[in-house]
Amino acid sequence: MKNTSQINPLENEAIYIFREVAAQFEKPVLLFSGGKDSITLVRLAQKAFYPASIPFPLLHIDTGHNFPETIAFRDRLVKELGLELIVRNVQDSINQGKAKEESGKYASRNTLQTVTLLDAIEEFKFDACIGGARRDEEKARAKERIFSVRDDFGQWDEKNQRPELFDMLNGMIEHGQNVRVFPISNWTELDVWSYIQKENIEIPSIYFSHTRATFLRDGLIWSADDDVVFREEDEIVEDRVVRFRTVGDMSCTAAVLSEAKTIDSVVEEIRNSTISERGARIDDKRSEVAMEKRKQQGYF
Amino acid sequence: MEVLKLATAGSVDDGKSTLIGRLLYDTKSLTSDKIEAIQQKSEQLGYDYLDFSLATDGLVAEREQGITIDVAHIYFSTQNKSYIIADTPGHVEYTRNMVTGASTSQAAIILIDARKGVIEQTNRHFFINNLLRVKTVIVAINKMDLVDFSEERYNQIKSDFEILMSKRDYQEQNITFIPVSALKGDNVVAKSVNTPWYKGKTLIDYLETIDSQALYNSGTPRFPVQYVIRPKTEEFHDYRGYAGKVYGGELSVGDEVVVLPSQTKSKIKGIQFYDQEVKTASRRSSVTITLTDDVNISRGDMIVKANDLPTVDKQFTATVSWMDTKHLNVGGKYVLQHGVNRVLAKVDKIHHKINPDYSGIDQTVDSLKINDIATVSFKLNKPVFYDAFKSHRTNGSFILIDTLSNNTVAAGFIQ
Repeated sequence: MKNTSQINPLENEAIYIFREVAAQFEKPVLLFSGGKDSITLVRLAQKAFYPASIPFPLLHIDTGHNFPETIAFRDRLVKELGLELIVRNVQDSINQGKAKEESGKYASRNTLQTVTLLDAIEEFKFDACIGGARRDEEKARAKERIFSVRDDFGQWDEKNQRPELFDMLNGMIEHGQNVRVFPISNWTELDVWSYIQKENIEIPSIYFSHTRATFLRDGLIWSADDDVVFREEDEIVEDRVVRFRTVGDMSCTAAVLSEAKTIDSVVEEIRNSTISERGARIDDKRSEVAMEKRKQQGYF
Repeated sequence: MEVLKLATAGSVDDGKSTLIGRLLYDTKSLTSDKIEAIQQKSEQLGYDYLDFSLATDGLVAEREQGITIDVAHIYFSTQNKSYIIADTPGHVEYTRNMVTGASTSQAAIILIDARKGVIEQTNRHFFINNLLRVKTVIVAINKMDLVDFSEERYNQIKSDFEILMSKRDYQEQNITFIPVSALKGDNVVAKSVNTPWYKGKTLIDYLETIDSQALYNSGTPRFPVQYVIRPKTEEFHDYRGYAGKVYGGELSVGDEVVVLPSQTKSKIKGIQFYDQEVKTASRRSSVTITLTDDVNISRGDMIVKANDLPTVDKQFTATVSWMDTKHLNVGGKYVLQHGVNRVLAKVDKIHHKINPDYSGIDQTVDSLKINDIATVSFKLNKPVFYDAFKSHRTNGSFILIDTLSNNTVAAGFIQ
C-alpha cells in the first residue's frame, strides 16, 4: 500500500469542491460541453464520490453547431459511466422566439447559449451549476470565485462578490438564486492537459491532428466541412493538417496547424506554445470586454 | 507539480501590477497574443516602454479608473513550480481583499516604493500578512532605478521595516528583502548588474527555494467530515465512507481516533483515494476514510487522533476582520462556518478595535464597520472543535455569514 504523499494539490482541491457542492446544494448539475475541461470535471467527480456514483446529472446546452465528434463522444461517455444526461437545445430557444439567431460573417450561437441555460436552470430548479471555467483563460474569469452567486436573472455582480477565505465555501443562497461552481478555477491549460495525460482520460478525436477541409479568415483556420460556418465565395477551401485546442461551438472555434497525434505530443505542443488558448476563440476577440459582458448576462 | 500560492500587497502606484507583469514576461508565461495586446495598448497610451501592468488589470471599471478593485488570480510557472498569485489591491478601504488573498497564500510579496520608503500602508500590509500567519514575506523594494540603485537608500528602508518586524506577533515569519526594478527587470528574474552590493537571490530564485508542501504542517491532523459516501450497491452494500480533506498532519490506517462531538472511539480501517487503498493520507489530500466500528457520523463532525484532541467549546474569543457594509453589533447573530461545520453564533462582547498599523492604539467600540479588525467574543448554539489559529491555521479560522443576505461578512482567527 502506498500513501498520498505525492499529491496533486489541484486535484485534491477540486475533489474537495465537488464534495462541498454535493453537501451544500439540493439540486446540482454539471455543465457538460464535451470539451476537455468538462471531461476532466467528470473524472474528478468520479473520484470525489467513489465508490458511489456521481450524485448529479450532466446538462449539455447544445447549440446545434457542435462538432459531430463531440456529440458522439458525449453519448458514449454517458453510457459507459451510467450518467444521467439532460440536453437542452438553443434551436428550441430560437423557435420559441426567446433567442435571435445572429446573422452575417461572424454569426455564432455561443452567446445564445445563455438563454437556453437560464431556462434549463429554471425548468429543473438547479441551485448549483458546475462548470469547467478556469481563471487563467481570460481577464474577467481571473476575478471569478469558486462559488459564484448569481441572482434570479442569472447575472454576475462582479463588484459585489463573496470573499473566499481559506478553504471555506459559502453556498448559502436564497430561493431563486443559483451558484456557479468552478472546481478547476486554479488549473491552467497545461495543468488540464497534463492531467488528461497522467490519468489517461479519453477525449474527442478533434483534439488530435487530422486532415480537414478548412479556409482562412483573419489569420485563423476555420472548418469548412459543413454549413455552420458562413464562408465568403473568395475564401478558398483547402485541406490542412490541424487539431482543435479548444472545442466550443463550430462557429467560434478555430483550428490550429498541428502534427500532434497523441496526448504526449499535445502536451509537448502546449508546453511550447506561444499563443493563448482563447486566441483561437472568436467569441473573445469581439472586444476586450467580451467575456465580462457575457458573464454579467448569465454566461458561465 | 508543486504549487505555490502567493499574495501581493502594495499601495497605489507602487508598481505591483508592473511587477506581476514582469514576472509573467520574464518567466515566458505571457503568450505572444497577450504581449501583442500589451504592445498595442502601450503604444496607444503613448508609452515608449511595455506597460506590463496591462497584463493584469481585468474589469472594465478597473481599466477606467486604473485601479484593482478585487482579488484577481494570475498564473505562471517555471520548470519546478506552478505559481498562483492572488493580486489584491492596496488601498486602505480594501483590507477585506487583502485578508482574503493572504488566507489562501503561503507567501506574500509586499511592495515598497524606494522613493517613498516605509509608509503607513506598508505597516498595514505587513500587519495583515503577519496576522494571517503567512509563512514567508518578501519585501520587494521597487523602483530602485529611480533612486540610482542606492545601497544606502535600500539599507535605510530595510532598517525602517525592521522596526515593524520587532513589533510583530508572529515572530517565526520568514522575511527577506530584495531590491528590484519591476519596470526595468532588475532582480525580478534576472540578476541586476546595477546592484553589485546586493548578494541575495532574485525574486524568482527566492520563490523557487520555498517548499510549499512542508508549510503549515503542525503534526496535528484534523479531519472534518464533508460528506458521507454510501453507495448502496451490491458490491459495496455496507460501505460507509467519510469523505474529507486532511489538515495539519497525516492520518494512517490503524490510528486510534475519536469522533467529535459524540466522543466515540474507533480505529481507522481503511483510507481510499478514488479506487486506491492507501496506508497514509497526507496533509491536504482529499480522501475517504472507513472506521472499524459502526459510528453515526454526519457532515460537520470531526475525526481526530485519540491522543490529540482539539478544544470542544460553545464559546471563544477571536480576532475578527469585518468585511460588510452593515455593522457588526453586540448581540448580533450570524451563521458561523468553521471549516465545513455551521453553527449559530451570537456576538457576546467586542473587546477592542485593533489599529492594523502597529500604532499600538486599541479603541473601545460598540460596533464594527467594514475593514475594521477587532477582538470579539462569541457564544455558540452548539460546540465547535477548534484549535487556536496560531497553532492550527485551518482549524483555528472561521467565517461569519449574514443570516439575511447570506453574504460572507467576516473572517475570524480564534485566540
